Amino acid sequence: MIRAEKLTYDYERLDEEGNVESKKRAVDHVDLHIRPGKFIAILGHNGSGKSTLAKHINAILTPTEGTLWVDGMDTKEEDKLWDIRQDAGMVFQNPDNQIIGTIVEEDVGFGPENLGVPTDEIWRRVEESLDAVGMLKYRHHSPNKLSGGQKQRVAIAGVMAMHPRCIVLDEPTAMLDPVGRKSVIRTAQKLNREEGITIILITHYMEEVVEADHVFVMDEGKVVMQGNPKEIFSQVEALKKLRLDVPQATLLAYELQKRGLPLPDGILSIEELVDELCQLKSKM
Amino acid sequence: MSIKVENVNYTYAEGTAYEIHALKDINLEIPDGQFIGLIGHTGSGKSTLVQHLNGLVKATSGKIYFNGKNIYGEKYSMKELRSQVGLVFQYPEHQLFEINVLSDVCFGPRNLGCSQEEAEKKAREALRMVGMGEEYEKRSPFELSGGQKRRVAIAGVLAMDPQVLILDEPTAGLDPKGRDEILDQIELLQKERGITVVLVSHSMEDVARYVDRIIVMNHGEVRFDGAPGEVFRHYRELEEIGLAAPQMTYLMQGLKDRGADIDTDVTTIEEAADAVMHWLKSE
Amino acid sequence: MIRDITLGQYYPAKSTIHQLDPRVKLVTTVVFIISLFIAKGILGYAIATVFLAMVIRMSKVPFGYMTKGLKAILMILMLTVIFNLFLIDGDIVLWRFGFLRITDKGLRTAVFMAIRLIYLILGSSIMTLTTTPNDLTDGLEKLLGPLKKLHVPVHEIAMMMSIALRFIPILLEETDKIMKAQIARGADFETGNLIQKAKAMVPLLVPLFISAFRRANDLAMAMEARCYHGGDGRTKMKPLHYEHRDRVAYVVVWGYFLVMAVSAWAVSFYGIMML
Repeated sequence: MIRAEKLTYDYERLDEEGNVESKKRAVDHVDLHIRPGKFIAILGHNGSGKSTLAKHINAILTPTEGTLWVDGMDTKEEDKLWDIRQDAGMVFQNPDNQIIGTIVEEDVGFGPENLGVPTDEIWRRVEESLDAVGMLKYRHHSPNKLSGGQKQRVAIAGVMAMHPRCIVLDEPTAMLDPVGRKSVIRTAQKLNREEGITIILITHYMEEVVEADHVFVMDEGKVVMQGNPKEIFSQVEALKKLRLDVPQATLLAYELQKRGLPLPDGILSIEELVDELCQLKSKM
Repeated sequence: MSIKVENVNYTYAEGTAYEIHALKDINLEIPDGQFIGLIGHTGSGKSTLVQHLNGLVKATSGKIYFNGKNIYGEKYSMKELRSQVGLVFQYPEHQLFEINVLSDVCFGPRNLGCSQEEAEKKAREALRMVGMGEEYEKRSPFELSGGQKRRVAIAGVLAMDPQVLILDEPTAGLDPKGRDEILDQIELLQKERGITVVLVSHSMEDVARYVDRIIVMNHGEVRFDGAPGEVFRHYRELEEIGLAAPQMTYLMQGLKDRGADIDTDVTTIEEAADAVMHWLKSE
Repeated sequence: MIRDITLGQYYPAKSTIHQLDPRVKLVTTVVFIISLFIAKGILGYAIATVFLAMVIRMSKVPFGYMTKGLKAILMILMLTVIFNLFLIDGDIVLWRFGFLRITDKGLRTAVFMAIRLIYLILGSSIMTLTTTPNDLTDGLEKLLGPLKKLHVPVHEIAMMMSIALRFIPILLEETDKIMKAQIARGADFETGNLIQKAKAMVPLLVPLFISAFRRANDLAMAMEARCYHGGDGRTKMKPLHYEHRDRVAYVVVWGYFLVMAVSAWAVSFYGIMML
């Protein structure tokens, strides 16, 4: 689905005459391989290059060096640009700054309109996508009256209406409250499971990552760790050094291990920890 | 330096079709030096309440006393109140505007009538308190990272020497380390200076870790008010109003449901670890 | 105060006016405005009042909601009235105080001017209140379509308008927030002379501009990510085509205009009903 080879990107700062004044490497020789239908999470602190990487998948940015392929299409090929953007949709952090329409359904229709989809088909897609994110009954509302979580789901519907195979969510929950956060993550999980859409979730909320199929951790533009959530979260100290965190259950398990309890590595949920502790107690 | 809120009501757009009763008969007492967590889902009235505390919004009815004086009294100086009760808004970095960090932080003290030197002195002190060294003073605030901008903005309020510091979700959008750094700094400040801190937050874990007292708002009313352990005991009711307890509460409840004799009032990782060890070692 | 501005906001309701083709509403608004300027005497304004009242009723937008928008122009309105009232010379002096005087003609012009302004705002409010900005832009784009041949960027202008309308409430809210944040830092936007007041605006305007640019940047990126590439090859979710009711509306509107024109001619020709 998505493949990157030695992907590198430099932000250039230009002086007044347009000469390159300084360069900052945001993504540094990243190799990625993401298979279709997976739920992928990318973790990293602010400024670790994860958003810059995400913008490459949608061809908003193109690599300074190296190559990125979306479904076999090289993002540097300009005549493939619209196909790539249709194929890999993108949801951004700020819910207010990505809704174009003043009515929910008109906003969802914006993408298909740009793709030149016939009118009847647009209506079908709008209805289908709003239904998929659970926002159908708000179709005639103004986005300004919705909560943050609802706005993000409208934004997801807007991408869904373009019939993508992959959706990149760039910190979609950073500005939301816990209720909104949960609703957005559940929506992403549902689309992944039921529609088979590849999800690439960029976040720094650890709880959102627990159910991902594969996690990449970024630091200074490089992928520094990858694996399934269990593998990643068993490295508590390493994550803390990367300005990250682990889920609360994992943190407690780690603390208890330090105090000498024989708990297994990579406990991710409260239920798991309760089970393990009860087993320990019964053996005592 | 206490705050007393008496029967405060606030109604938006009174008398129109859009009337919203944002605060309903609020009664609160905030004594000196407390670290308070104010929680509630979006639209529960918590932001409206904190804006009352420094006079940005005037109650439709009811009274607020600061240090025993009625802030709606005729001769009461709102400017004075605002210097005593500092309010840091959500995403405070969006209010930065000066050419360099130091002058931005000076804005508050200058408005209060401090001389340039005095303002700079206070600004430097405030910057130091949020962990921004001298090397940043002459930098443009717009060149800083998100977390640094946020600290500068918080310093902008601290420089006014408030007795009460209210922070509306100071960690929104920051990464985990950034969140901890800001909250640790605030805790230190609260301890060192003995000021009152009101922390508006969505994160139950943060609230459990730092505060002495939790006030829960729902539909413009105070629903719970007490120590973290006490308030989180009502985790089922909290869930009903769109909130939750910290993860640790769920763990303890989970163990208790399996027949463990364990203290369910613990809310932080350290307390939980202690409780679990204690339980495992007991007979 | 800032929230009171209703111009440019959509009021969702199911009414005949809401359902009309945006082109009909655009043309009607323009025709109505022109009609206000050719109106003569009480008869003219009476006809305009009847027409406006009919449309407002049909639109199902609460009258109170609509008039909130008038508060924004109160100052301009009062200035206009005062200028007309005192500066226009007439035959009969109704009131005199020193060099100030009000004449019959001045009073008449002032009243008519005020009515004209109020109707103008109400008329355009109805259009924006009953038409979603997207519809409005679609309508405008289609009406101005012929100008494309002259290389006028019609689609781009329409898109810009629609985005501006969408962001007006967001930026107003933002203004309110930044203002409060600066007041919390001791800023004073109210007292002082003009220069001090202008200076006091800096801490408000700088953050506001930065925010507007950031939003513009984000929005442009979001639009590109959703394959926006100008008007070429775009289809419409809600394509415009005239229905029966739109044709009826055109007849009504042009009928109204004809009546207005005839009445104006009659008034000036025969001088009937002239005050």
